Amino acid sequence: MNAADQSVAVLENLTQSYGKVTALDGVTISIPADCMVGLIGPDGVGKSTLLAIIAGARQNQSGSVTVLGGDISDTKHRASVCPRIAYMPQGLGKNLYPDLSVRENIEFFARLFGQARDERTWRIAELLDSTGLAPFEDRPAKKLSGGMRQKLGLCCSLIHDPDLLILDEPTTGVDPLSRRQFWELIDRIRARRSGMSVIVATAYMEEAERFDWLAAMNAGKVLATGSPAEFKASTGAATIEDAFIALLPEQQRSAHRVLQIPPRHFFDGEPIITAHDLTCRFGDFTAVDRVNFTIERGEIFGFLGSNGCGKTTTMKMLTGLLPPTAGEALLFGKPLDAGDANSRYRVGYMSQSFSLYTELTVRQNLDLHARIFHLPAQKAALRIAELASYFGLEAYLDQRTLDLPLGIRQRLSLAIAIVHEPAILILDEPTSGVDPLARDRFWEALIDLSRNQGVTIFVSTHFMNEAERCDRISLMDSGRVLATGTPAELVKARGAAKLEDAFVSYLEAATAPRIPIIEHRGAPDRADHPPQGRAAARSVFSLQRLLAYTIREALELLRDPIRLGFSLLGTTLLMLVFGFGVSTDVNNLSFAVLDRDQSPESRAYLEELRGSSYFVEKASLANDAELDSRLKSGDISVAIEIPPSFGRDIKSGRPVWVSALVDGAMPFRAETIRGYLQGMHQLYLADPAVKTTQPSASPPADIELRFKYNQDFDSIYAMVPSNMSLLLALFPAILMALAIVREKELGSITNLYVTPVSRLEFLLGKQLPYIAVAMTNFTLMMLLALFVFKVPLKGSFLTLLGGVLIYVTTMTGYGMLISTFTKTQIAALFGTAILTVLPATQFAGMMTPVSSLAAEAQIIGRAFPMTYYVPISVGTFTKGLGFTDLSGDLLALAIFVPIMTMLSVALLRKQER
Amino acid sequence: MKKAANIYWLGVKELRSFSHDFVLLGLVVYAFSLAITLQARSNSQELHNASIAIVDEDHSELSRRIAHAFFPPLFQPPQLIAERDIIPAMNKGRYTFVIDIPPDFERYVLAGQQPGLQINVDATAMVQAGLGSSYAQQIVTTEIADFLSHAEGVKPSTVNLDVRIAFNPNLTTAWFTSVMAVINNVTMLAIILAGAAVVREREHGTMDHLLVMPLTPFEIALSKVWANGLVIAVAVGLSLYLVLRGMLGIPVAGSLPLFMVGVVIYLFFATAVGIFLGTVARSMPQLGLLYMLVYLPMNMLSGGNTPLESMPPWLAKFMQVSPSTHFVAFAQSILYRGAGLDVVWPQFLAVAVIGALFFGLAILRFRSVVAQAT
Repeated sequence: MNAADQSVAVLENLTQSYGKVTALDGVTISIPADCMVGLIGPDGVGKSTLLAIIAGARQNQSGSVTVLGGDISDTKHRASVCPRIAYMPQGLGKNLYPDLSVRENIEFFARLFGQARDERTWRIAELLDSTGLAPFEDRPAKKLSGGMRQKLGLCCSLIHDPDLLILDEPTTGVDPLSRRQFWELIDRIRARRSGMSVIVATAYMEEAERFDWLAAMNAGKVLATGSPAEFKASTGAATIEDAFIALLPEQQRSAHRVLQIPPRHFFDGEPIITAHDLTCRFGDFTAVDRVNFTIERGEIFGFLGSNGCGKTTTMKMLTGLLPPTAGEALLFGKPLDAGDANSRYRVGYMSQSFSLYTELTVRQNLDLHARIFHLPAQKAALRIAELASYFGLEAYLDQRTLDLPLGIRQRLSLAIAIVHEPAILILDEPTSGVDPLARDRFWEALIDLSRNQGVTIFVSTHFMNEAERCDRISLMDSGRVLATGTPAELVKARGAAKLEDAFVSYLEAATAPRIPIIEHRGAPDRADHPPQGRAAARSVFSLQRLLAYTIREALELLRDPIRLGFSLLGTTLLMLVFGFGVSTDVNNLSFAVLDRDQSPESRAYLEELRGSSYFVEKASLANDAELDSRLKSGDISVAIEIPPSFGRDIKSGRPVWVSALVDGAMPFRAETIRGYLQGMHQLYLADPAVKTTQPSASPPADIELRFKYNQDFDSIYAMVPSNMSLLLALFPAILMALAIVREKELGSITNLYVTPVSRLEFLLGKQLPYIAVAMTNFTLMMLLALFVFKVPLKGSFLTLLGGVLIYVTTMTGYGMLISTFTKTQIAALFGTAILTVLPATQFAGMMTPVSSLAAEAQIIGRAFPMTYYVPISVGTFTKGLGFTDLSGDLLALAIFVPIMTMLSVALLRKQER
Repeated sequence: MKKAANIYWLGVKELRSFSHDFVLLGLVVYAFSLAITLQARSNSQELHNASIAIVDEDHSELSRRIAHAFFPPLFQPPQLIAERDIIPAMNKGRYTFVIDIPPDFERYVLAGQQPGLQINVDATAMVQAGLGSSYAQQIVTTEIADFLSHAEGVKPSTVNLDVRIAFNPNLTTAWFTSVMAVINNVTMLAIILAGAAVVREREHGTMDHLLVMPLTPFEIALSKVWANGLVIAVAVGLSLYLVLRGMLGIPVAGSLPLFMVGVVIYLFFATAVGIFLGTVARSMPQLGLLYMLVYLPMNMLSGGNTPLESMPPWLAKFMQVSPSTHFVAFAQSILYRGAGLDVVWPQFLAVAVIGALFFGLAILRFRSVVAQAT
């Protein structure tokens, strides 16, 4: 236990691999307690995996991981320490809920940690005050700036007073002022909460200076550990970034050389790009606010700013993708015309996250772009070869882009943007997510293009050191340009030591009145009070945690108009469609007559048919050819042919044959028509008027067809209750599956992994709102049935209501079950639709009674809940039944509820693999 | 010329991407092979294995003859039940038909007193009840007549009706269900493939890329139409020749090439709708939800599931706007009734015009899509 006293986490020989990728490669490290620990290294070296394992969000595949004095792979230990750990995953506000307000987000987490209303209230007030979020407590998280979102994430993490705070790249993409404020906040919290350990991963090497202890990582391995001073001392480097490069393996390092930026040539002539009061609004949100700048030929012009400050929107306006709301953009001195294809030959564009066709190979990607720009075949081949060698892509030409490392993809993306040798290059955050060495190589290419080929480059970034490489930069914040100039001019203008300080000073000048940071109020400092919820957090089942998910899910659903509209009106719309359109009644059948006799007898025979409500007569047929062609075109469904001597033969008692030719294209319809015709023939024979003209015996018995439950044999009385069963199977299952998979796709599933909420609480909590939605659907459909389709409820309403409740609980459970093995929302949607519609329409007794199905189909039918609900729905509506008649079906349906829930709990993971 | 080359190469890109998407590929293969045979073999539209019970209060030779006249595959072997069980059993849905033969039935028949006989039908099992009741009635009538003809001679009736079925003499439902399954799956896949192709480009950011290159929305949209349409047209062709004709042995009356021309025209429409939906939806899940609300009505009301004549007249008229209705109509004309171009050209034209309309709408929406995407 000794090691655990000084170490907050001890990892031994931890190796973690996913497919072909080794994320962690034999990591052995012990992380000291009570201090700020920094994990440094570029993207994709295993930092996030390591942190997720320490937080208990991911399962470790090998080795041992001891966190807070116990084995984290032990479920019991994890459950007991989980209320002491807080984990903020990578990605701005990834574990937050964008539709919920600041306060609602924090409340959700407070409930998960079992805090009672009193405790919740003062804790939230204190956190909001200390982070300066108090004025924005009702703002939805999606409308917060990146910096504010990170503070909110921090509030949610600190709500339960953790002993170990794990932050995965908390400041990536955040503006430097917010970043600075964020670290100050962490320092203040640590000052008050002595004994709290903090582990932070970061890709900004500059930030590493402020940590107490560092671990440098590369390619799944820990390169070195120690304090920042020790780092620099051991490598003899001046900065942590240089120290890091010095620690890299020889072969990787040898490629590195210090970036040289030759001075820029000044060209004569008008500016290449000009923005005049460029403005872009989306509704009442101003994304870009009166931006002005000019870019000269051959210049490298940079846009520096945080995520969401309007860089991308400005670039989209300059490429003609987005029409400006006001102001204008000039390219080569001429107003930008989105429809002008010629100007597009002179612009190369690289959008954020390097948009490549990842399914295509490197060569196919290059080839496609060469063809779109109509390079002659020979020139294209030369150009592709040239680019491939220039960017070092030869070895990868026939590999799929998806399988390539990020750095290579980035170079390919640049190669594609310059296939057609454009005069302007517009690059939107071209280096995010790439390690420092790859970034330097990329800049070498940019500098070469600018200096040696006179290409004008407009590039956006949130890295300070990249901005320093630009000839001139604009500092952007909240849609406005704060200042423009060479990096040196900007630093000088604010009297700052470096660019970052200058930016912060500009930001402070611009934003100080907007975000007041309220320093700690005079209220008694209760931060050191042990959280009361901690004991509760260890309980096996908590209604509060369950309801936390219910409240959150309901709020989210209410605020998502598309999902809400679909879930409430989708069933109603389809019910109308099916109710009016799907029917097994066969009527309005068109027939035509080829009467070769034209006698009173033949007309008497046809009288029966003409009087029928099932048939509609069309113009008579003249001959066989017409009969043939009209049957063929579908104009008539039946042709009746009466032979020439019909009347005479009847009178003389000779047997005569009337022939009917039925269109067999739709067998069910043809079969029904045949039944109708035969019935009508019988009526004709039984007609007293007919009897007088021909000898006939009265039938030997009176066979009476009694259509029970539905005397008129009108299909609507059967179809409406059946359709309701189908829709109440389909929609609740789909919505439920989507709700769970959505969390997986957006990342908020992490909260299931790292908070005390159990799988059962999570599932049931999310299920409740959808049961309510389904019951609303039922009510709406019931009203449609009663008042639009006039299908009365003949049996017990309470039985129907009880049946529906059990049924929709089961069907949401079915959706839950499907969600456990789907990863994307679209897969969940289609998977659920296919796995519901097929058994529902074929095997659940909707069209064919289950008892008539083949043996294996019956087994599928019996295993599908709808089989037991159809009799309840049809029974109560049309058969007029009550509880005693349907108790068997109700019981069968009820048995599904625990089965679905237990299977889903068993298949859902409480940790990522 | 440049336009044609762009459309061609973008389409080739589309096909290359598609060939790597194993999930979609699997879905297409399944939809045009296994799904077709499954549906062809299901017999939800015919009388098959109907459950029947007989209450025999007569215990005569005639009543036994009647009971023995019901046998598979149309009916299950009849169960003998007591009169008091009729209602509970039918309430539970155990039997669709219950024939109640009253005491002394045979005696009264022989005496020419026209005794009553009840066939109780569960009228909530629509398809079975509808088809089965006329069968049951006929079987009983025939049995009684046969019985009587043994007892005494019968007088044949003078006027007789001879019902013949054109195009599908034995009323094999598989002929119908298999072709309708192909048609439904064409609609299902064409819309989602094209829609997903648009949304995928938007989610990956490649749509921005295309739009800054010297390409027009027309070229981008048309490349998706031909590439996705081609995939499905090939699948339909293979399915018709290999699955329908080969595996299921379904005879085709008309010209398959003419039908394929119709399929191609229809695919133009369906992929255009998919692209249009792709420009309306902001994400894959939204596309999925929208798609269900569009596809289900289009499919259920096309006349391929229930005849148009059975719908309320206003709805049947309204469905003339949906090309799926015309698709079903010309498919039935060509494939079952052997109709030629002279018969189906108005439907071809209608599909093409409506398709062009959606294609135009999709192109109009293309640019505004990028504006929202931020």
